[in-house]
Amino acid sequence: MKRTERAESSAAESSAVVTDGAGVDWRGSASSSVTVTREERLREFYEETILKPMLVAWSDSRTQLGLLIIGFYVSLALVAVFGLWREPSTSQAPRYLTLFENMQYPLGTTASGTDLAALIIHSTPDILLMVTSGGLWATGIAVLVGTVAGYKGGSVGRVLMSVSDFVMAIPGLPLVMILAITFNPKNPILLGIVININYWAGLGRSIHSQVLTIRENNYVEASRTMGVSTPRIILKDVIPNIMPYVTVNFVFAARYVVFASIGLFFLGVLPYSDQNWGVTLNFAYNGGALFSWSAAHWLLVPMAAIIGLSVGLILLGQGMDRVFNPRVRTRLTGESESTASADEKDTGMTEVL
Amino acid sequence: MSNYYVRRTARVFATIFAVATLTFGLIRLLPGGPFTQLRAQLLRQGVPASEVDARISNLQNINPNAPLWRQYLDYMGAVAQGNFGESISLGEPVAQVIAEAVPWTVFVVLVSTILMFAVGIFLGSLQAYWEGSRFDKAFSGVSIGLMSVPFYVVAVISLYVFAYQWGWLPTAGTVGTNVEKELSVPFLLSALEHSLLPIFSYTLGGIGGQALAMRGNSIQVLGNDYVRVARLRGLADRRIATRYVARNAILPMYTGFLLLLGFRLSGTVILEQIFSYTGLGYYMFAALKANDYPLMMATFLVITVALIVGVYIADLTYSKIDPRISAGGSDEAY
Repeated sequence: MKRTERAESSAAESSAVVTDGAGVDWRGSASSSVTVTREERLREFYEETILKPMLVAWSDSRTQLGLLIIGFYVSLALVAVFGLWREPSTSQAPRYLTLFENMQYPLGTTASGTDLAALIIHSTPDILLMVTSGGLWATGIAVLVGTVAGYKGGSVGRVLMSVSDFVMAIPGLPLVMILAITFNPKNPILLGIVININYWAGLGRSIHSQVLTIRENNYVEASRTMGVSTPRIILKDVIPNIMPYVTVNFVFAARYVVFASIGLFFLGVLPYSDQNWGVTLNFAYNGGALFSWSAAHWLLVPMAAIIGLSVGLILLGQGMDRVFNPRVRTRLTGESESTASADEKDTGMTEVL
Repeated sequence: MSNYYVRRTARVFATIFAVATLTFGLIRLLPGGPFTQLRAQLLRQGVPASEVDARISNLQNINPNAPLWRQYLDYMGAVAQGNFGESISLGEPVAQVIAEAVPWTVFVVLVSTILMFAVGIFLGSLQAYWEGSRFDKAFSGVSIGLMSVPFYVVAVISLYVFAYQWGWLPTAGTVGTNVEKELSVPFLLSALEHSLLPIFSYTLGGIGGQALAMRGNSIQVLGNDYVRVARLRGLADRRIATRYVARNAILPMYTGFLLLLGFRLSGTVILEQIFSYTGLGYYMFAALKANDYPLMMATFLVITVALIVGVYIADLTYSKIDPRISAGGSDEAY
């Protein structure tokens, strides 16, 4: 009896939140018209999930900067896709031009007379694809494993967590090296997945421990007593709570892909069809750029590209943290409204470079 | 309670067993398999074809003609005894190569990780103490900047500047070529000199993340009621800072420390390559390039075991250090 009461009250609360924005008083109209048109619902959805987070995000200077930087890389990728910059090829320019020496080749040229700007621009699309696929893969699997293990608990949870522990125990980079040599993945999407092949384990473990507390909330209990199916509970009641954490960690997983992939390209372990930032770095390193100041730009340009992208990702991650922090959010949107607590710290369960 | 420790310890061995099995499988996945390369190499060296198989089984403790399960049992048996066979490329027992490589890697990883935490915690707590000040804002920016620089970029740049351009520090190796390998002052100095750049580049990038984490933790702790109560009780600032704030802010980072030690071991594959620092990662990469499967699998296993032990220690000691966490934890199935 007590249980159903609680279920009702929490259901009422949630409907109050839904209709509040549309200005309908749910209490007085129990008998007749509590109708929310589809249009209103859409607008509601738009405001809650897109407009407000965007407003909050944009109010933070770190997110602004992060989005600008990521936007810059996306536009570089577009330039490459639409062929607005020349393709890199050897002997297309004088050799060893330094930065801004010849404005036709603003970033200088390599020992073989390849335009460095072209090298950087034309490898951006692949790198962005790789970063996105790696991040999606890591967070996707982590959410799946973490929520199912955390919500179901018992033997399912134990098995899933043992699997995560096992995967976590395998050292990331060496495993990726062996897999890269074995399967020779050239497709950037596949490569992103290979690089983050075991990144999900640590993340899944920390999601698991968060879900363990979420599942004790009374609205989850309410859904359970009402007989809502497990996948639906996980989707509707559990995942919204961990979404902030997941988004932030998506950014970190993406950054790991950047660091690890470029590092492995630099070592010459990963297969490649065209030169990218890491391969350029490798060529510069082995091409003697270390020994003279005149070729230093050959090393510095790809490094700047890597650092720029990861600065963008980190700023975005830091700003995202803000978006989902309930206190900041409430203050900025001028409403008092409780969202899930996002005060979770990164406990360092995921691989770092 | 003791049941939990027994189960946790059993899981360590189960995981090591599973990873050893995985390495056995991985060798067979690799192009050409484990024996093709070796067979070709032995034939080239003029070993008669009839003796090649015997030589292979001698080198790798595995008879290539035996059925797979038999090979597996032989492999696992040898690994359990610490016998990893003989390195193909170096011609030395793998166990010996690893024994020489491990101290260097452990030294670099341990020192750099401890430094990274120490500096990070120090700067982070200062930032939290002066939250919102110009120092705090400036250093938050610096931290984000540091986080965005991969360690190999620091490594290459520092190698370029300090070793090649200015010639202050050696460019490669673990000790000078003309230094005797014995415990003496010149040896230690030379080792230190060679390890400065690897440690520096492996430390610098990590500081930012730790400082930001410590800053966040400290600010959160500072907002707690018990800190306010301690102030009201008139306790000395130093006591509040060390016993109340620092202790509670560092606690959550402890697990991260041990896990990071393990993760950073695998990062040495890139680090040691840049500095030609002959540690575990260096040999792992060299073995990969030379198709030296016994050496490769052994380094892989050693790094894995280190990681497993790190997680194990973190799990076991965390409940001791933080009494609020109880080991184990109860699960209820829904």
